[in-house]
Amino acid sequence: MSIAQDHDRGGWRAWLETEQADSPGQARAQAVWRAWRGLARNRAAFAGLAVLVVLITVAILAPVLAPYPPYAQDLASRLLPPSFEHPLGTDDLGRDILSRILYGSRITLMMAALVAVIAGPLGLLVGATAGYLGGWVDVVAMRVVDVFLSFPSLILALAFVAALGPGIENAVIAIALSAWPPIARLARAEALTVRHSDYIAAARLQGASRFRIVVLHVMPICLPSVVIRITLNMAGIILTAAGLGFLGLGAQPPSPEWGAMLASGRQFMLTNWWLAATPGAAIMLVSLAFNLLGDGLRDVLDPRDD
Amino acid sequence: MSAPELEIEGLSVSFGQGTQRIQAVQEASFVVERGASYGIIGESGSGKSTILRAVAGLNEDYSGSVRIDGQEAPRPRDKRFYKRVQMVFQDPYGSLHPRRMIRATLLEPLRIFGFDNADRRIRQVLEDVGLATHFAYRYPHQLSGGQRQRVAIARALLLEPEILLLDEPTSALDVSVQAGVLNLLDALRRDRCLTYVLVSHDLRVVAHMCSRVAVMTQGRIVEELSADALREQRSHDDYTRQLIAASRGRTPLDAVNGEGAARSDPRKDAVHAK
Repeated sequence: MSIAQDHDRGGWRAWLETEQADSPGQARAQAVWRAWRGLARNRAAFAGLAVLVVLITVAILAPVLAPYPPYAQDLASRLLPPSFEHPLGTDDLGRDILSRILYGSRITLMMAALVAVIAGPLGLLVGATAGYLGGWVDVVAMRVVDVFLSFPSLILALAFVAALGPGIENAVIAIALSAWPPIARLARAEALTVRHSDYIAAARLQGASRFRIVVLHVMPICLPSVVIRITLNMAGIILTAAGLGFLGLGAQPPSPEWGAMLASGRQFMLTNWWLAATPGAAIMLVSLAFNLLGDGLRDVLDPRDD
Repeated sequence: MSAPELEIEGLSVSFGQGTQRIQAVQEASFVVERGASYGIIGESGSGKSTILRAVAGLNEDYSGSVRIDGQEAPRPRDKRFYKRVQMVFQDPYGSLHPRRMIRATLLEPLRIFGFDNADRRIRQVLEDVGLATHFAYRYPHQLSGGQRQRVAIARALLLEPEILLLDEPTSALDVSVQAGVLNLLDALRRDRCLTYVLVSHDLRVVAHMCSRVAVMTQGRIVEELSADALREQRSHDDYTRQLIAASRGRTPLDAVNGEGAARSDPRKDAVHAK
């Protein structure tokens, strides 16, 4: 049985590592496999990835894992220290902190993912277009980026939320609006290095339109550094989201958002440390995991290593 | 007698503005007959590649005229032009997109021009340039320089062009691989009745490949002669004689004595070619 399994695994490995790929699918799978091997060799990055995988699992399984409903108040058992019944204690309204942290991971991950999905493609498209086309397109796009970059991102997000009104959706939009300019700058720099390369000239000689060149030829070159940058930025995005929650401009109570939990636990910090310490530790752990993963991705995806 | 396939007349290209202005090509004129192979030779910086890039439309900022079958090439170049004229670049390490599978690179022109039977065409063209079919599923970094250049030639052939512009197609390759690629190009030209414009700093390559040769230095075509004349060193121009002598590995006495010695040694420059 186990021998058959080993053989089967060997077959897959051979398929992934053979010199001659026989189909586009196999060639792509091999490229992914090589990247995966590179990532697995980097221990810190692997640890970051493991934490994130656990976090995503926890977020999906929160209703199963959480011992109590996140909103259930029990004023008789308020501000209890960590115990067997409440592993991370209870807060000032008697809600189980572990359950709230588990549910809070959903909000944090969703916000981070939404920001990445909005800011990444936007920054990539603007930057690659500006870098490749040059001329007045470049000037206009980069001046807009300059304006955005001249504000600290948290302050900018604050201003947007103040204008749009507090709430998770608006916080996501605000953070995305302050997160895309650095990505555009980065993508532009990458696009500038390749715009005069022979393979872009060759694409022009194949009759490719400008749009096609930007999307199919320039953007894939910018993509690795943008992915790295977003992963590294993810920590900042989570901190900004938590910061907005902390200031009361992100998720609204009673939603179990980590930043909001940290804010409400602040007044009990000296007497009941677990109220603020646990969401703080969760924020730190996730930020650290994203940073480690981003660092590892840089080693794996760095476009200059081949 | 029909009009010659490719006609360049009074082509001038300059870069920069004001005092920084550099005249890269001055008043270059030549004619390439259908099915012929025309060579341009000269030291690096003589403007020979600039002529090719101007013809290909990569540098539209030129004066003079580029005519194909007697018709002025449009500026900017359109798809119809690229259907007839394709180019192979000097550096096979730079001319293939590093993140695209060979198949994707070869699929690109077929998609843009709406060719049918894409997979069959790709298999056929890979076979034509002497590569096995499974090379389609590789990335450029998995190929050697010679294999990459064959892929670049395959890409240029996919649109079934009539004119191929070759920008030092073998100078970035090992000597052992050069001959293979040159013979491939020669065979393709005869099989498909292609018209070549070949730029090189290597006299032997040009003499082997071309029927007529233009000699360039400092942006000017100083002499045009037949390949036979080049081989037999029947040249009337000082610079051409110097170039021939340098490529044969010795400096003739008259070049040392005459004012030709003051000019840069073409062989040295050729070694410095990028």
